[in-house]
Amino acid sequence: MNLSNDDFDAIGLTLRLASTVTLILLIIGTPIAWWLARTHSSWKGFISALVAMPLILPPTVIGFYLLIAMGPNGYIGQLTQSLGLGILPFTFWGLVIASVFYSLPFVVQPIQNAIEAIGKRPLEVAATLRASPFDRFFSVVLPIAKPGFMTAAVLGFAHTVGEFGIVLMIGGNIPNETRVISVQIYDHVEALEYAQAHYLSAIMVLFSFFALLSIYTLQRKQVSMNISNERQG
Amino acid sequence: MTLPHLFIFLLGYLVLPLAHGQTVKVAVASNFIAPMKHIIREFKKENGHHISTAYGSSGKFYAQIKNGAPFDVFLSADQHKIQTLENEHLIVTGTRFTYAIGTLALWSNNTQFQPVNLAILTNNKFDKLALANPKIAPYGQAALDVINSLNLSTASAKKWVQGENIAQTYQFISSGNAEVGFVALSQVMQQRQNTPHSVFIIPKQLYRPILQDAALLSRGQNNQAALDFLAFIRSDKVTAIIESYGYHQPQNISLSESHQ
Repeated sequence: MNLSNDDFDAIGLTLRLASTVTLILLIIGTPIAWWLARTHSSWKGFISALVAMPLILPPTVIGFYLLIAMGPNGYIGQLTQSLGLGILPFTFWGLVIASVFYSLPFVVQPIQNAIEAIGKRPLEVAATLRASPFDRFFSVVLPIAKPGFMTAAVLGFAHTVGEFGIVLMIGGNIPNETRVISVQIYDHVEALEYAQAHYLSAIMVLFSFFALLSIYTLQRKQVSMNISNERQG
Repeated sequence: MTLPHLFIFLLGYLVLPLAHGQTVKVAVASNFIAPMKHIIREFKKENGHHISTAYGSSGKFYAQIKNGAPFDVFLSADQHKIQTLENEHLIVTGTRFTYAIGTLALWSNNTQFQPVNLAILTNNKFDKLALANPKIAPYGQAALDVINSLNLSTASAKKWVQGENIAQTYQFISSGNAEVGFVALSQVMQQRQNTPHSVFIIPKQLYRPILQDAALLSRGQNNQAALDFLAFIRSDKVTAIIESYGYHQPQNISLSESHQ
C-alpha cells in the first residue's frame, strides 16, 4: 500500500476523534439511556425524538446550523468567546462536539434497549438485598447489559469514523486537526488521485465490515443472555 | 376520469416536455452558478430547447463523466479536467474552448477588516484566512499563487481554512468564521450588501490565470440542443453576460492562446 504521510495523519486523527467522541458519548449517553428506559414521564417522547433527530437530519443541515451557531455571531460562538476559548469551527474540539451530537442516538438506543431488556425484576431483587442505586447499576445493570454497551461503543465509534457531511461544513480541511479519512478520500477523488482514494476506501470498507460483524456477534450474545435470564427468572 | 383516460393523461404528461425541442444536460462548475442561471434565461427565450443543469465541483463531474454520467456539455472550472477527458476521447475533438477567465477577489464580511486590501494579508492580523483547497479547486490554486507572490505562505499557513470548493469557502467568510478569504469575484458581485470596501480585486500579476474550459461531451455529439447551447455560449450576447459577472474573455486579455 502506498499511503502518504497525509493519509496516515488522516487515519490517526480519525481514530483520535472517534475514541474521544465514544468516551464522551458513553459518559453522557448512559444516564440519558437509563432515564429513557426507566421513566414514565410525559417528556419521554419529546426527549426520545430529540435524541433520535440526527438519525434523519441530513448532515448538511446539522453542519450548516453548527457553523452558524458556533461562529462568532452564534449563541455557542459567543459563549465560547466569552469563556476565552475562541470559536469552535475548524478545530478538533469543534468536530468532537458536532460528532457527539451526530452520533448520540447510535449510543443511547442500544444502551436503552439493553437496560429495558433487563426488566424491573433483577433490580427489585437487588434492592431487597439492600443494594444502593449505585450498586444496582454497577453490579447488576452493567454486567447484564454489557453487550448493549459494547454495541453502543462500536456503533458510536464507527459512525463517527464514517462522518463526512458535517466535517465538510465545519472542518476547514486542516491537517491533524479536522482533515479526517472521509475528507481525505474526497480530496483524492476530486484531485483525480484515484489510486490513493482506492487504498483509503478499501480500508474503510474492511473497517465497516468488521465493526458490524462485531456488533452482530455481540447481539447474538445479548439474545442468548436474555433467554437464559428469562429461564432463570 | 376512467382508468385508461388517467393512464393516457399521465403518459402525455411524461412525454410533453420532450414534445418541443430537445434537452441538453449541462454540468457546471460551482463558481459559474450565477452567470449560468442568467444564460439559461436568455437561452430559453431564443429557442424551444430544454436545458437541465447540475452544479458541483469539476473533479466530481470528471469522475462521473468518466463513469458514464449522462451530460452533454461540461463547463469546467479549469482546463486540466477537460484536457484529461479529451485525452480519454470522452469529448468531441475540436470542441474544447475557454469560455471564461476567472477573477480572484479578497473578501471580508467583518467591518473591522474593511476596507479590504492586500495590507490585511501582509499585516497578518486575522485569525483565519479562507481559501478553496488548492489541491482540487482552481480558485484555491490561484489563492495560493497570491500567498506565495506575497511571501506569506509560512506566516499564514497555520491560519488557513480550506473549503472543498469556492462555494463553501464563501460560506466560511459569510458566516464570519473566517475574517477574510479568497473567493471568485462572480460570487461577491451578486450580493448587494457588498461594497467596494468589503471586496478587493486581486491584481492579475499575482496569480496564474484561471482559465475555465468547456467542451461538448461524446454523449452529446448528435444532440442539436447541445450544439445550439455551445454556439449560444460563444455568442457576443452571452460573452457580455459572462463579463458582467466579473469574468474575462480570452480575446479581451493579453494571453497566449489557451488552446492550440
